[in-house]
Amino acid sequence: MQQKAEFDQRVQKALNNPQLRRNFRIAMDGLMEKRSNAFPDKVALEALRVTGANIRANALAKQLELLEQLEANCTRNGIQVHWAETIEQANRIVLDIMQRHNASRMIKGKSMVSEEMELNHFLEAQGNSCIESDLGEYIIQLDHETPSHIIAPAIHKSKQEIARLFKEKHPDIPYSEDIETMTRSARKVLRSKFYEAEVGLSGVNFAVAETGTLCLVENEGNGRMCTTVPPVHIAVTGIEKVVEKLADVPPLLKLLTGSAAGQHISTYFNMISSPRKPGERDGPTEVHLVLLDNQRSRIYADEELFDSLRCIRCGACMNHCPVYTRIGGHAYGSLIPGPIGSVIEPQKFGLENFGVLPTASTLCGACGEVCPVKIPLPKLLHRLRYEQVRSDHTGATIGQGSQRSAKEALIWKLWSWAHANPAVYRGGTRLAGLFRGIIPNKIGPWTRVRTAPKIAPKSLHQLAREEGFDNE
Amino acid sequence: MSLAKHYPDKPDKVYFFGTCLIDLLYPEAGLAGMQLIKREGVQVIFPQDQTCCGQPAWNSGYRDETRAVVLNQIRTFPQDYPIVVPSGSCAGMLRHHYPEVFKGLPEAGLVEDFSQRVFELTEFLVNVLKIELQDLGEPTKVALHTACSARREMGVADEHEALLRQLGNVQLVEQARKAECCGFGGTFAVKHPDISAAMVADKAQAISDTGAEQLVSGDCGCLMNITGYMQHQDVGPQNHHIRGQHIASFLWERTNAAES
Repeated sequence: MQQKAEFDQRVQKALNNPQLRRNFRIAMDGLMEKRSNAFPDKVALEALRVTGANIRANALAKQLELLEQLEANCTRNGIQVHWAETIEQANRIVLDIMQRHNASRMIKGKSMVSEEMELNHFLEAQGNSCIESDLGEYIIQLDHETPSHIIAPAIHKSKQEIARLFKEKHPDIPYSEDIETMTRSARKVLRSKFYEAEVGLSGVNFAVAETGTLCLVENEGNGRMCTTVPPVHIAVTGIEKVVEKLADVPPLLKLLTGSAAGQHISTYFNMISSPRKPGERDGPTEVHLVLLDNQRSRIYADEELFDSLRCIRCGACMNHCPVYTRIGGHAYGSLIPGPIGSVIEPQKFGLENFGVLPTASTLCGACGEVCPVKIPLPKLLHRLRYEQVRSDHTGATIGQGSQRSAKEALIWKLWSWAHANPAVYRGGTRLAGLFRGIIPNKIGPWTRVRTAPKIAPKSLHQLAREEGFDNE
Repeated sequence: MSLAKHYPDKPDKVYFFGTCLIDLLYPEAGLAGMQLIKREGVQVIFPQDQTCCGQPAWNSGYRDETRAVVLNQIRTFPQDYPIVVPSGSCAGMLRHHYPEVFKGLPEAGLVEDFSQRVFELTEFLVNVLKIELQDLGEPTKVALHTACSARREMGVADEHEALLRQLGNVQLVEQARKAECCGFGGTFAVKHPDISAAMVADKAQAISDTGAEQLVSGDCGCLMNITGYMQHQDVGPQNHHIRGQHIASFLWERTNAAES
């Protein structure tokens, strides 16, 4: 159970870091409040969630057809479409494009799929440079960290910590803890990178099949710069991001920006439909779209787990998760943290590696309650708990059954026997009541911070009999 | 939130499913729940063959082991009476998860019939029995912690509150982040004790900050977690322990002439 030990270590580290705890608590409280204010009418919100869920479900139901349509329409628009079954293939495609252009400098907009591909590592190992231009991504790149949140990758840091980091990495820039000043200095550093880069990379929020349009949601303008300034633009995305038609976008956009940060709309919304056309004065001369599978087809094949592909990556489930709020994103050890990460990551990278994540939830339901596309997150976490201990092998998930231990299985077998046989159960509770005085008052980790509950002298079964309540 | 849930007319008889946690640790809460129903003129049947709803195994991923336990409960409540459960968590299991446990299996229909009859105690008192309470207790300040399953799965947070608001001498105070989980989560508290401890610490503090003299909850799992923490860590105003009670015990104690 190495993954559990490693997870526990990361959790310990997070829980024992008061600054980190404060950063997350304050940030998550703020994001929850913003979302709540963005959707004051709960009935309207519910209706919008149903619309969003239906749009995504419909797109998934027709996914194959829509992907073909997307490819045809993108191609017609002049966008070159590439298919990658694996991360390795996707990285190779990006590298090939760069090599064809003798490019070695990439400027990146925020893209979780590029994180999934570990594209920066891959390209840097080949002697290229990749600069993150999203402010949060830029901050964590400076500190050699991974994102701790899918929307706000540097949310684990306070402004003082960021100020110290900037000072360390850019000694020539005067120290400041003022957010606007820091943003300006990052902007200044990044500005020249946009002009130097031969390739700009971005993610995709919605890929519209009907028109062959790539939609990109962002707040800093860096996404627009990445996709328009360098001569080559590469968009990377998962195959599940396809939607049927342009009319599907407004409700999804409203759900995304409202759920993520309480915005009615993002500061920038880019719709990329072609490279620069003859006579146009700006824009890239080449646009590429890389469509990545990486286990999505396997997830697609399961009628329950399939629902996790509806995700529009708003992060609301983590903002509202009491576990995420306590331990932060890095403790999960996965690319995507929080409830949706605990559902998706084990499916992509195996229960033998990430099986602990679905257990790190109280199943309180806060995530499912806020998901803008109504993914039944608690149900899927539950399903993965089953997947990791089931003893048959259906192949629905990677690492199926890998967390089953003979000891735990035996305990549940005995438990089941005792609770399926009323006489055994009653005998057990009677004994517990009789020997309550000598039952230890230390019960594992429970009593480290709590007093032990006291077994009652008489069970409810006994009291009900004595008080004359009928048995049938 | 009880959205479009169908409530029956007041029945002559009900079954009471006490839950294993109440059976072993808080039997007085179960008894109080039964007495509250009985006082409304309804016969309460407590089948002695009942055990546990099966949730611990179910939430741990042991589905086959869950089925044997579920079948015992189905057999034990054969008549067409409502089944009242003094826990949002166990009621949620009986009502919403039993059909999942047997999805696609021959017993599915039988299980569905059973699940449709399940009601959490407070929703039954409010929506079926339309209970009217007369507060006989001293003035007191009370904080309510509604279990996540009661709030989100069963949708009975309003019913919990409505009952407490019927008590004239009870001042209901609201803790910060009241809808946040207390960190119990069944086996979660055992598998991830440190995260659970961090969560219950915040919950205990939030409740203590209200200045409440009593903590009431519809679920004994949360109660065991929060009060256990408060006692161990001495959380409470001026170090006096905040008394924790199941909502049934609290209601019965304050409205029963013999006890007040």
